[in-house]
Amino acid sequence: MAELVRDAPRRQELDGTRRRLADRDGFLAWIFLVPTVVYIIVLVAIPFFLAIAFAFSDVTAGNPSYDWVGLENFSRVFDDPVFWQALRNTFVFTAISMVLIVVFGKVLAMVLVADFRGKWLVRFLVLLPWTTPVALSSITWLWLLHSIYSPIDWVLRNVGLIEDNSYFLGKPALAMGSVIAVHVWRLVPLAAVIMMVGILSIPDDLIEASRIDGAGFWRRLFEITIPLTFPLIAVAALFGAIFTFTDMAVVYVLTGGGPTNSTHVLASWSFVRGIGGGDIGQGAVIALFLFPLLLAAAILILRSVRKMETI
Amino acid sequence: MAAPVASSEERPLADTARLRRHYAMRAVLGRVSLYLVAILAALACAVPFVWSTLTATKLNADLYNPNNNPFLYNKPPTADHVMFLFNNTAFTTFAWNTLWVGLLVVLITLVLGVPAAYSIARLNRPWSTPMGIAIFFVYLVPPSLLFLSLSRIVVAAGLQDSTWSLVLIYPTITVPVSTWLLIGFLKALPRDIEEQAMVDGYSRLGAMLHTILPLLFPGIVAVIVFAFTLTASEFIYALTFISPTQEKVVSTGVPTELIRGDVFFWQSLQAANIFVAVPIAFVFNLFLARFISGFTMGAVKG
Amino acid sequence: MSVTVEVSNLIKQFDGGHVRAIDDVNLAIEEGEYLVLLGPSGCGKTTLLRTIAGLEQPTSGDVLIAGSVVNGLPPRVRKVAMVFQSYALYPHKTVLANIVFPLKPEKLPKQERESKARWAAELLGIDQLLDRKPRQLSGGERQRVALARALVRAPHVFLLDEPLSNLDAKLRASARDELKRFQQRVGTTTVYVTHDQAEAMGLGDRIAVMDKGKLRQLGHPVEVYDDPADTFVATFIGSPPMNLVPRDGTLVGFRPEHLLPVSHVTGERVDVTFHVDRIEHLSGDRHVYGTVSGLGEENRVIARLPATVTDPVTPGEAHAFGVNIDRLRFFGAESGTRTEPIRVDAKHG
Repeated sequence: MAELVRDAPRRQELDGTRRRLADRDGFLAWIFLVPTVVYIIVLVAIPFFLAIAFAFSDVTAGNPSYDWVGLENFSRVFDDPVFWQALRNTFVFTAISMVLIVVFGKVLAMVLVADFRGKWLVRFLVLLPWTTPVALSSITWLWLLHSIYSPIDWVLRNVGLIEDNSYFLGKPALAMGSVIAVHVWRLVPLAAVIMMVGILSIPDDLIEASRIDGAGFWRRLFEITIPLTFPLIAVAALFGAIFTFTDMAVVYVLTGGGPTNSTHVLASWSFVRGIGGGDIGQGAVIALFLFPLLLAAAILILRSVRKMETI
Repeated sequence: MAAPVASSEERPLADTARLRRHYAMRAVLGRVSLYLVAILAALACAVPFVWSTLTATKLNADLYNPNNNPFLYNKPPTADHVMFLFNNTAFTTFAWNTLWVGLLVVLITLVLGVPAAYSIARLNRPWSTPMGIAIFFVYLVPPSLLFLSLSRIVVAAGLQDSTWSLVLIYPTITVPVSTWLLIGFLKALPRDIEEQAMVDGYSRLGAMLHTILPLLFPGIVAVIVFAFTLTASEFIYALTFISPTQEKVVSTGVPTELIRGDVFFWQSLQAANIFVAVPIAFVFNLFLARFISGFTMGAVKG
Repeated sequence: MSVTVEVSNLIKQFDGGHVRAIDDVNLAIEEGEYLVLLGPSGCGKTTLLRTIAGLEQPTSGDVLIAGSVVNGLPPRVRKVAMVFQSYALYPHKTVLANIVFPLKPEKLPKQERESKARWAAELLGIDQLLDRKPRQLSGGERQRVALARALVRAPHVFLLDEPLSNLDAKLRASARDELKRFQQRVGTTTVYVTHDQAEAMGLGDRIAVMDKGKLRQLGHPVEVYDDPADTFVATFIGSPPMNLVPRDGTLVGFRPEHLLPVSHVTGERVDVTFHVDRIEHLSGDRHVYGTVSGLGEENRVIARLPATVTDPVTPGEAHAFGVNIDRLRFFGAESGTRTEPIRVDAKHG
């Protein structure tokens, strides 16, 4: 048997073989990355700087020639109280939604990993809000919150909680609440799936050890599951924040920024000015505010993730 | 709750019957609350859709009466509005556009993202880490900042008013975030496996294709689901780049076709919602089941 | 005997030169030899193995396989087989597919591939497991699958990286025996990395002891045990380790089993007084802990008395012990390396 092992062709191969490109890490590293980098430079980096350039120009939809106007667009934007309202709204929407998304997402994630009958159906139903195009689900919500025919109002009326309809989208405070609710409703499933990955990757023996040590459900939750899955909880929070922060579809469909511009966020206000109003310079200035804020939030969250991971 | 546990050591053994009953109760209670939360969650997520289905098949006289119970048929159901959606609007075109744009974008995303993620996560160049961070930050550049200048680029590329403009632009949203996701998945795979393949006679490329790609399956599923939903939901670019009806996708086509001025075709809008939402969620639930079993089978842990 | 694997003046630096994982190592492994690389964790033994496999490229120096310099060649053309500590079985493939996998790049016809794989599986007694997935296997079965996969490509050399460390203690003994018999049967040159000196002593034709990237000693197990090249080897190998007693700028070393009551020491011996603190009974032997005086400076030592020595030894008391003079080894107190014997007062027993 030893002969069978040894007599295979050996020697001639070693000398003749040159390193092929598929063996060279350095070559592969570049060739793998270059398409993505080129794509991103052409369609993200260049438009990004173009957007900055627009902010200092008088480009409009009707007159596309570029003229430098310095900070004129900035001062016009800052003089408009709607901008400040939109900035405030962006923060309020994002902060409140993020907290709610994480809390509900955590609960939902724990349901999704549990074993029970009808799991498949529950998972299917739970996925719906996230997989549905936001414009369509927002329209459904538009009817659910309709000033006359709202089924929610119908329930409240019949239970006896209200006399008249609520006009969800007609009053600033209720309109903002509605926008936040739709965001949370839409993003909780995504957050749940992200956090589910975290729960699934906790080794079973850790949970079992803590059970033997006498930890009940709540102790396990707060002392094992949450600390160990913190990086993914943070990622879920980050995605929740990004989607709320940069989204304009919900606001656009649900309230159109109304009543009287009270629910505008930076993204929708930028769209209204830049495309709706044709004032591309102003639209660019408003949108430009999104990036540094988002960058700061992301750095903060990723830092805390890294800190947790090194512990 | 913790009291019986804490004092259990001093308890005489005869008392275990009582303890057993106590914990049996607790177990039942745990199951009941699990089902309760699961049902509540499912309802909270799905009620708008259930109700959409009802509304889509209601007569106008039923729907436009604030005193009618919105959760029941007060008049016989009708299929007229659903037929209207399919026969008198370009809904099927929108749905088809969304589907092929989504699939192409997913494909482009994987073709660009998987090699890029592999390069950053595995090939150990000095620029790997900064590049990974840079790619994530690209994701933070929001569409609302880029759509103005991108619309210029789309015009320059001659793709204005064409669905292909979305195929060109959507990967700007999906590639960075997918690459970032895939880096995470790749880092969780043991290096041993591909080194073993390299010792076993494969090139770096061969080892990647034969061992890493199959093991990356949960990550690829995540990317497919994520990229497709992002694409199908996208609103700003679709609204900015395209105005002809035939070229539109669901998320812009349905609102513009079925909301004419102040007239909302409510039932048809709800029907559109259902016909888009249910198939996507159904397919993704299948994916998710595979995704979860991929995790629990320890494919990732090796 | 021809040489199959050779490394010469091998240096491997990490972190831009801050860490020397391999520090100027020369090593020639003969055809059919079972060479064990032994050392504490972080000594560079695994890096050396990976450099031979081609998974790492040397900073300087050469790796030769079957007479050719293979520096810069990718792992796949070196025709080596490696068994990782984790066994690195492909979790998505069946046992058969795992074993066939290395044959695919060789472009053999499918039937020949399968028959080779079945032959290897039979050789290792896993032919009834071929349709299983790795996660359905026990630790010992996984090891055999990994070995079959290594065997099937008829490699120049097997590279084994601590293949027993994932097994439980009981299984480890039988798996060690199996490994040795397997290698004797196929006769393939093997480089085996371990931190476990018992494994090294039991398996190796020769042992290469490494520490901090340097090759400390290369020799047959008996040689390394009896004649350690320096104090590192002397204390790393042997359990309990060699006793070292300082005397006039020299360290006098002797193995615990050579420190015996005077009546049991034959030939020329040196006498010491052994103040006993504590006794452990380990599988028939007595391990006696205490302090010796009379040989050099007073120092803590361990004596291992075999079951045949029945003299009473009591903790808290001083006993007359001795060491055969031929069993003494001498090391420089500064350098730690072997030196010429120094004069000690000896008596005849």
